[in-house]
Amino acid sequence: MAQQTHKTKEPLFHIAKRDAIVWWKAWGIRIAAILLALVVSGLVSFLLTGENPLRIYVTMLDGAFGTKRRIWGMLQNLAMLLCVSVAVTPAFKMRFWNIGAEGQVLVGGLASAACMILLGDKLPNALLLLVILAASVLAGALWALIPAVFRAKWMTNETLFTLMMNYIAIQLVSFFVYKWSVPKGSGQVGVINRATHAGWMPVIGKYDYLLNILIVAAITLFMYIYLKYSKHGYEIAVVGESENTARYIGIPVKKVIIRTMLISGAICGLAGMLLVSGTDHTISRDTAAGRGFTAIMVSWMAKFNPVFMVLTAFLIAFLEKGATEVSTAFGLNESFSDIITGIIIFFIIGCEFFIQYTVKFREKEAAK
Amino acid sequence: MSKAVKQSEKVPAIRLQNITKRFGTVVANDNVSLSVEHGQILSILGENGSGKTTLMNMIAGIYFPDHGRIFVDGQEVVIRSPKDAFRYGIGMIHQHFKLVDVFSATENIVLGLDSEPKFSLKQSARKIMEIAIQYGFDIDPDKKIYEMSVSEKQTVEILKVLYRGADILILDEPTAVLTPQETEKLFAVLRRMRDSGKAIIIITHKLHEVLSLSDQVAVLCKGRYAGTVNTAETNESRLTEMMVGKKVTLNIARSEPKDPVDRLIVEGISCKNREGTELLHDISFTARAGEILGIAGIAGSGQRELLEAIAGLQHVNGKILYRNPKTGQTDDLRDKTPVQIRELGVRLSFVPEDRLGMGLVGNMDIVDNIMLRSYKKGRGFFLERKSPRSLAEKIINDLEVVTPGANTPVRRLSGGNVQKVLVGREIAASPTVLMAAYPVRGLDINASFTIYNLLNQQKENGVAVIFVGEDLDVLLELSDRIMVISSGRIAGTVDARTATKEEIGLLMTKNAVQEGGAADGAANA
Repeated sequence: MAQQTHKTKEPLFHIAKRDAIVWWKAWGIRIAAILLALVVSGLVSFLLTGENPLRIYVTMLDGAFGTKRRIWGMLQNLAMLLCVSVAVTPAFKMRFWNIGAEGQVLVGGLASAACMILLGDKLPNALLLLVILAASVLAGALWALIPAVFRAKWMTNETLFTLMMNYIAIQLVSFFVYKWSVPKGSGQVGVINRATHAGWMPVIGKYDYLLNILIVAAITLFMYIYLKYSKHGYEIAVVGESENTARYIGIPVKKVIIRTMLISGAICGLAGMLLVSGTDHTISRDTAAGRGFTAIMVSWMAKFNPVFMVLTAFLIAFLEKGATEVSTAFGLNESFSDIITGIIIFFIIGCEFFIQYTVKFREKEAAK
Repeated sequence: MSKAVKQSEKVPAIRLQNITKRFGTVVANDNVSLSVEHGQILSILGENGSGKTTLMNMIAGIYFPDHGRIFVDGQEVVIRSPKDAFRYGIGMIHQHFKLVDVFSATENIVLGLDSEPKFSLKQSARKIMEIAIQYGFDIDPDKKIYEMSVSEKQTVEILKVLYRGADILILDEPTAVLTPQETEKLFAVLRRMRDSGKAIIIITHKLHEVLSLSDQVAVLCKGRYAGTVNTAETNESRLTEMMVGKKVTLNIARSEPKDPVDRLIVEGISCKNREGTELLHDISFTARAGEILGIAGIAGSGQRELLEAIAGLQHVNGKILYRNPKTGQTDDLRDKTPVQIRELGVRLSFVPEDRLGMGLVGNMDIVDNIMLRSYKKGRGFFLERKSPRSLAEKIINDLEVVTPGANTPVRRLSGGNVQKVLVGREIAASPTVLMAAYPVRGLDINASFTIYNLLNQQKENGVAVIFVGEDLDVLLELSDRIMVISSGRIAGTVDARTATKEEIGLLMTKNAVQEGGAADGAANA
């Protein structure tokens, strides 16, 4: 029997789950990952372009912090990304995979634009702004409510459902953009109420983006407190960790799912208002600019902690701005900036594996 | 050639020698030795937690033994993975089927085989039919798994190992999911396989099946090997005696119940699962204040459903009456939610079997877990963590919970400490009814005694305690009365002070025979 001579050997290494890791070790691994990411992306850029990696990094920094305008631009990007990330966080904490933030932001923006166009000359500005706020928040909440109800009542798959809702939102926006386009048939809405500024959010001093940033900071703080210190936040955590425990303790699971998605959608809708009424003053199907998806990564990388999210959102916003600058400065197309961003994010997410797990090598002598 | 010679000398198809397996501090198998020959059916008999499945998993390559040796056809082998097991001709049919629902029988059977020279589903289907005809299986190779009944799925599982050329078959509680007719059919197939020279090991705790099917019986008792007997030379009561073991004195202090009052009266509750199988059938009993009512039975006999029905987590028919000691009122708790039960002023505490999946949240710290019962207190929007924190610290102190602090996630604690947190929280709610499902499972002796003492204290404080246990020694020493359930029915209620282990062991396993009788009776009526 030849088969029986086969000897099974112990593998060279195996992977074991870490029990707990001291915080400085975890941060050491993260910093090492970022350094490694810089080395690898420098190497890749050098091989692809022949440029000095150091010059590339300097250009990245310059793209994000080079001028006052660039800093403000990056902060605005950071704020909007943070806003959507904070919005999806309660849903994700509940293990409700809301990947429909993109659509929820869009319908919020659409509601704002509709109010600005239809009511622009009919209401005093303060009242109009309140109407815009209510409309966009409700629109976002409604967009989230539909999949939430179906999930709570009939256990439908929320991932597919929220994803599909995105497409509906995008097509809705396309439809209205065509309808409202100026001049007719151009397919672009242009700046809404350019002359009257009706429905435009006020500007603090000369800083276009400051109000947005302050509002997002407030929402972030609110969400941190909501999740950590409120009864609702506690219920979200229990439902997310174990629906069985929630049932056992008498938490109304369906109600929590619906309530949490309403909040998640409402903040997304508000983000749509901040974009349309606050800064862009127009609407297109690119208004959300993929933030609904990037936000998932930001939220997850921060382990659903809104305060850490400031850091992860900063990282992404910085990388985007910097990498775009690298592409233009060196005459490369934008795919190059995607490569750099991709490499860095790969390392940052990948290092979490080594924080959770440890690699154990085979011991030389297995004494019996 | 040599194989034939060996068989004539009766070299066992598989032989285990001094197998030991530990999980942490728990010894699942302690020095177990047994063997099966070709053309023989061996039953492995034992209570829940006696280590039957662990032992078989070591042969099938799912676990690796800490000590001991395994021989196949007289040669020592090392089995590191299910693939290794197949190489030695060992196939295991697990209790929970491992099949892909949307695939056909054939696709499932050939799944993962890489030795086929040419992949042809048609040819495989033909080969499957050949095997099926040889042993008398009923199978449609093109039928999808999701269209199959439980017994058809089991057939696919058995064919899967036969297709891979298994000579040694292990079946883990194959009859648990089958009707009596299906069981008979399965047994006929197994006998035919035995006659064709296969070695078969079947895990079970149904005595009458052991007696009707197997040639030999190996008995495990709490992980130890209690011996092998020839089926022809034994009977039910002898096997029960081996299975439950000698009576062990634990010295749990048990007081006489002080003026017991009826607290919870369960009247004729029944329930079915989604497939329509009856999980509970006409269960009636009374739990009295100041008394511990033990519930004994093979795992999965309806204990979980019974407790969850009382806790408001399971829909049932019948009545669950609660006599409120304060108001003297009687309320029916049936089909009420846990919140409604609490609002009625019923102080019901429940230590569920699934500690981290139901009773506690593993990733939350001790304080937040203590808060589960009380987080809603107060009108405000915000949580109040001060009193849960002091309660957590009190529980840590009083019950000697070993933990770095009250902010440690409970999943990092050892099993015993997890249980102390859970039981501590449930008792802190000063219940009038306390239900505990397998509260000492996996706990070491000291932690177990902490739990016994807590339950006894509750009893002395006039709480109606319902204790679902698996260790008969503990049940006999801790409880006042023991209700034995079997296949969702009450098999009998005994006085724990006078009953013997054998008596309970027989009650736990007898019902399957009676079931047939009951069905006949119903047919006649």
